[in-house]
Amino acid sequence: MSKIVHSILLMLGKDAARPARDQFSSKALEIFKGKKTKEAVQERIRLIKEEKVWFKPGTKWLKRRWASVIIVNLLFVLSFWLDIQLIEGALTGSRVVGFHMADLNSALQVMLAYKHIVVNLLIGTATVLFGWWLLGGRTFCAWACPYHLLAEIAEMIHMKLAAKGLVKDHTFDRRMRTVLYFIFAILAFVTGYTVFEYISPVGILSRAFTYGASFALVIVGILLLIEIFYSRRFWCRYVCPIGLTYGFAGALSPVQIKYDSTKCLHEGECRDVCMVPHVLEPTKLGFADQEFHYMGADCTRCGMCLDACPTGALKFHIRGSDSLL
Amino acid sequence: MTSDQSKTNNASPPPANADMDPPSDNSAAPAKATPPKKRKMSERQREARRRFLRSIGFGSVILAAALSGVYPVLKRLKERLRPPGAIDEDAFLAACIKCGQCVQVCPVEAIKLADVDEGMGIGVPYIDARTQACDFSCDATQCILACPTGALDHVITKKEEVTMGFAKLVEPENCLAMQGLGFSGTARGPDFEGLLRYEEIDRWTPIKIADHDYDLELCDLCVRECPIEGAISLEPISSDPGDKRREPIIHKSCVGCGTCEMMCPVEPAVIIIEPEVSMETAA
Repeated sequence: MSKIVHSILLMLGKDAARPARDQFSSKALEIFKGKKTKEAVQERIRLIKEEKVWFKPGTKWLKRRWASVIIVNLLFVLSFWLDIQLIEGALTGSRVVGFHMADLNSALQVMLAYKHIVVNLLIGTATVLFGWWLLGGRTFCAWACPYHLLAEIAEMIHMKLAAKGLVKDHTFDRRMRTVLYFIFAILAFVTGYTVFEYISPVGILSRAFTYGASFALVIVGILLLIEIFYSRRFWCRYVCPIGLTYGFAGALSPVQIKYDSTKCLHEGECRDVCMVPHVLEPTKLGFADQEFHYMGADCTRCGMCLDACPTGALKFHIRGSDSLL
Repeated sequence: MTSDQSKTNNASPPPANADMDPPSDNSAAPAKATPPKKRKMSERQREARRRFLRSIGFGSVILAAALSGVYPVLKRLKERLRPPGAIDEDAFLAACIKCGQCVQVCPVEAIKLADVDEGMGIGVPYIDARTQACDFSCDATQCILACPTGALDHVITKKEEVTMGFAKLVEPENCLAMQGLGFSGTARGPDFEGLLRYEEIDRWTPIKIADHDYDLELCDLCVRECPIEGAISLEPISSDPGDKRREPIIHKSCVGCGTCEMMCPVEPAVIIIEPEVSMETAA
């Protein structure tokens, strides 16, 4: 239970901290102590040296994920243009083979602004809530959101420029997203307008794909420029309330990235590629107070860490599957 | 990207932490040494403070950008004709989830989504009746059925119940019927893209207005093509039976679909729709 509370607080902006010694399970303490012996340290250095020779970061999950984002968004577009009617609408609200679906954050904005709960919307929201709870909540971000894909490309450019020393990553206070989230919710309720939707790059992109380009795309362009030249993954890391909504939805999701501390060499490759590296705090030496850890609410289940990890310490895991099978 | 990073990060095998902060470098402290009090902030603290201020600054800009969208709707910069069944404008903007499902079901593609210049109306559907009016080709209210949030209200089931607006004559002296004139040719010229369902030609499929020729002794296009029975009629202007002139009179049953505005052959249109107006408010 405390793990879930901790993962939500972490998502809301709490800093990752080293757990106190008395929080460690005996097994975790044993593993930690075993890693601190002289021989173990020597062995780890040797393993890491060896690994540099043979290990190349993979792209398995990146490819799968990009395919997923493209297929999802293409289905929206083709449903309209070819009239195949599989997914009608946009990411904010749609009908999937006749069933209502609503984006959780858009639905929340509408309910707060309109102050009536329409049955269709409630059904659509509940369906989507259940679906993304099952799939991992912020899985939406990494596996369906079109802005996420563009932001990944912007991030690649940013990293190339940063490696040459041309740009620098300006970090932000992660609590900014939480504060904005509640301000946007309050604004929707008080003004009666879905204020966030005005600048939501997800809605803007999704509509532009299906209904044609609009001047609103300028907002998306500005955000991408900020991410390339000023701050790595600015929108997804520090601003997007949609991500936070899906984070809440998936806080108790069965689909998790599972960390096995016995396999980890604590190189930090995973945290370097991660959009939300605070979720990977247990991968720091001395931070894992259990043998296994689940990455929790803010994790987008993007699998970048799996591709980057040379030792296979991180894996997709469906919680409860062991007891079911 | 990933490989670049792994090269730079493997110098020390067990990194204590992966902070992005630069290592604090005391030698680079300001030269003019202020009295050595405890007030001096470490580089780490300074960076934390900069980050905090940066967050406040960017956060404010984001909020300001989002709130700027309220301006066009409060000022009513654009009075838009909304699709059939739309609830009151303010509630409509709140309830609409900006998904465009109404756009997708409209057989004449009358419904468009507004752009960023309409503020909170972004992604919200409207109809530009002069370009393409709603002629109820779908036999009414497909868009309402498509709406997932009730922004287009499901209580409406017949086209006669719709209240989008109300037709109004502007510059009646230009009206062909008011001048006793006829009309022949295509209503809006050969290049006009608009569609209309002519029940006598094809009950199911709307055709291009540019493909339909008229030859009228007295222009009555607004009355002839009105999809609502009894919403508009031509009435004599004088008691003189020889006077050919007729005046279009709009009746209470007008729903504001805009077909008359689209069909009016005069440029600019003599008859237009006032959004969100009914017989009572038009008076």
